[in-house]
Amino acid sequence: MGKNIAPKSATKKDSNILSELIIVLAGEAGQGIQSIESILTGVIKNDGFNIFATKEYMSRVRGGVNSTEIRVSSSPVRSHTERIDLLIPLNDDAIPHLKNRISSKTVVIGDNTQVHYDKLVNIPFQRMATELGDAIYSNIIAVGVICGILKVLEEKLYIEIKTKFINKGEEVVAKNIEAAKSGYAIGRELNKNKIVNCVIAKNSSIKDDILINGSEAVALGAIAGGCDSVFAYPMTPGTGVFTALAGYSNKMGLVVEQVEDEIGVMNMALGAWYAGARAIVSTSGGGFALMTEAISLAGAIESPAVVHLAQRPGPATGLPTRTEQGDFNLVLYAGHGFFPRIIFSPGDVKEAFFLTQQAFNLADKYQVPVFILTDQYFTDSYYNIQQFKIESLTVEKNIVETNDSYKRYLLTKNGISPRGIPGFGTGTVCVDSDEHTEEGRITEDLDGVRLKMADKRMKKLNLIKKVAMKPVLIGNKKYKTLIISWGSNCNTIIEAMKIINNRDISFLHFPQVYPLPKVTGAYLKKAKKLILIENNQTGQFGDLIQMETGIALTNRVLKYNGMPFSVEELKKVLEK
Amino acid sequence: MENIFDRKGETAWCQGCGNFGIRNIVLKALAELGLKRNEVVYVSGIGQAAKAPQYYDVSYFNGLHGRSLPPAAGIKAANPSLNVIIESGDGDMYGEGGNHFIHAIRRNPNITVIVHNNMVYGLTKGQASPTSRIGFQTPIQINGVSETPINPLALAIALDASFVARGSAGEPEKTKDIIKRAISHKGFALVDVFQACVSFNKINTHKWFKEHTYFLEDSYDYKDKNMAFKRALEEDPMPLGIFYINENKTVFEDNLAAYKGSKEPLYKRNTDMGKLKELLEAKK
Repeated sequence: MGKNIAPKSATKKDSNILSELIIVLAGEAGQGIQSIESILTGVIKNDGFNIFATKEYMSRVRGGVNSTEIRVSSSPVRSHTERIDLLIPLNDDAIPHLKNRISSKTVVIGDNTQVHYDKLVNIPFQRMATELGDAIYSNIIAVGVICGILKVLEEKLYIEIKTKFINKGEEVVAKNIEAAKSGYAIGRELNKNKIVNCVIAKNSSIKDDILINGSEAVALGAIAGGCDSVFAYPMTPGTGVFTALAGYSNKMGLVVEQVEDEIGVMNMALGAWYAGARAIVSTSGGGFALMTEAISLAGAIESPAVVHLAQRPGPATGLPTRTEQGDFNLVLYAGHGFFPRIIFSPGDVKEAFFLTQQAFNLADKYQVPVFILTDQYFTDSYYNIQQFKIESLTVEKNIVETNDSYKRYLLTKNGISPRGIPGFGTGTVCVDSDEHTEEGRITEDLDGVRLKMADKRMKKLNLIKKVAMKPVLIGNKKYKTLIISWGSNCNTIIEAMKIINNRDISFLHFPQVYPLPKVTGAYLKKAKKLILIENNQTGQFGDLIQMETGIALTNRVLKYNGMPFSVEELKKVLEK
Repeated sequence: MENIFDRKGETAWCQGCGNFGIRNIVLKALAELGLKRNEVVYVSGIGQAAKAPQYYDVSYFNGLHGRSLPPAAGIKAANPSLNVIIESGDGDMYGEGGNHFIHAIRRNPNITVIVHNNMVYGLTKGQASPTSRIGFQTPIQINGVSETPINPLALAIALDASFVARGSAGEPEKTKDIIKRAISHKGFALVDVFQACVSFNKINTHKWFKEHTYFLEDSYDYKDKNMAFKRALEEDPMPLGIFYINENKTVFEDNLAAYKGSKEPLYKRNTDMGKLKELLEAKK
């Protein structure tokens, strides 16, 4: 096989040794990218490499071109890059699809019977697989090649394969191990011959890290917050949280219901909260549009609610499988009439876990809807991170036992009425979408009850403002330039800042985007230059900051082509 | 004897409205079943009929127009021991709530759905409802309704609803018995109840309903789905009574993973942090 893989022109000098390898797998939907990825990432992480993986894909079940980016590094990696060190295209369409990211340094390996590219490093995957008895083995050969390049401990690879295929019988396990071995040998040669010239240090403590994506972090955070039920209608990219919770439901004893539409979803969740559940709904912009009427209902009946919204580009169906931060205003203003709400925008999986946990306690305490705003890039990306510490977490329940004189909307000093539920105590719990009295009954007493109830709801906003989560300053406390951003841009900005290494530039990340933390203005005033970075067309969050602080944000870096920011893009922005 | 569910006071209903008749029927049914006040939860949408829960002394969730069924299922999911009863009108249930009606029947939560059917919109002042009959003239349908009215019973039977019945405000004794059966039935129970709207429907009056309805005969077999469907399609006169019962259906809340191990309502439970830890460990 040596003659296939050792073109002298591809040999590189040692000064080019990479301490990180960025691998991209690309091919049609259904060609097996996901099965390669799922085995590979587990093995690599467990052998002590830092890993980050993200994907971009088309809204179709078969065909098209999808790609998965896997960064393997000796230091933690958490963000999307343009750079590709090793590209493994599974068909001819993959090359033009990724042309902007392929550089002279990108090594392209593939089977020349399937992929036609002048600088292709040929590996006869198909022939090798057929010799093993089935073309299906080509994917495992590819896994072996990558593990060989990285010098993954061989035993770990074979154990992973065994675990993966044990249900299919010993023969299948043996054949797959054979396939992986043949790939591994090729990978070792590619690395030794410096065709793929990388030496990536391992750190054995990484095997104790968890490998978790944004959807799983939100789902597990929900459970940590006492979530006992999930209602949803499948919609990409919100489905991941729904799927994850459904997967945990037997173990945790959860209510899981796929409802007929998002209107039903939100109304069902409110019914569940009313009767004492702690429910989450998960959706994307289009589905959330249908929920807005019931969001207003949550405001009227002062029901807690937790909504996870994974954003994708609109309007309407938009780009179903792509990413954007375009629904901030939708969530901020969703629902007719005034009522308070809280909006979180996690910047990484850890923050997603803990914010979602908090969302349940806050929703319950203040009896308001709380939103977790993520996006496709965030939900689909995963990486290794230290195990979350859950020991100090508490599920705060604020339900009271009712008596005969119980009033659901009792007027109190701070606006919060003790929340009873039906069946717990002797009282009746009456909630009404109409303007209502303290007892929860319809009223048209305009100057008396209406004003009192409206003011009561407003009082809760003032309470929420007081406890608003502060923004996180990353970088030097004395800065000249301040970057402002929210949500999934966080890690990409941090990585770009590290590369630039300019102590005058700091970054203010907002885990809570509404109500806007009071200190926001003070942070902004300290800067000579402000840069707003948002993955949408207009800078929706920036508009809110301008409105609330009176500070103009004219320098806006916006992206809205359906892809997340890359480290390289933001590096250029910060170099200016 | 004092009825514990009776809440005296003014209503927003017109004098002579069929809603009063239905209210009296339901009050009697609740009392005769010996239900406790804090075991019953009412759910409704919006409309004149949907105001019904306001006039009972019970816990209620008076939500949005057309949206009584989803919260009702949510309540059963959170606490299956609650006795959940919906009262709403034909517009709320079959019009705005039509999609939920179809899927709630499929879902089959153990709830009772009492639909006040007066073939007209009352609260919005006299427009056609999904059950308005062909030719019915309104300020909007000025040349008469041309759209085929919904036949809620035939629809429910076609979807294999677990309990399908029709009563009438003008037939209090028999309708009360139907509603008692519906509340005692385990699964989704639909009771469509004819009533007159004295303000906006001058065609389908108390007298009209008397003259155009009759009760299914005593020998009628409500387990025969084909027969039930046939009888539900009868247009004039229209039968009253229990059309169809299927007791062999899975009940929504019984089948939830939450109740496989424990029957306790969700509010009494604590998150098992040890199991959460296991889920997190599995991510290694």
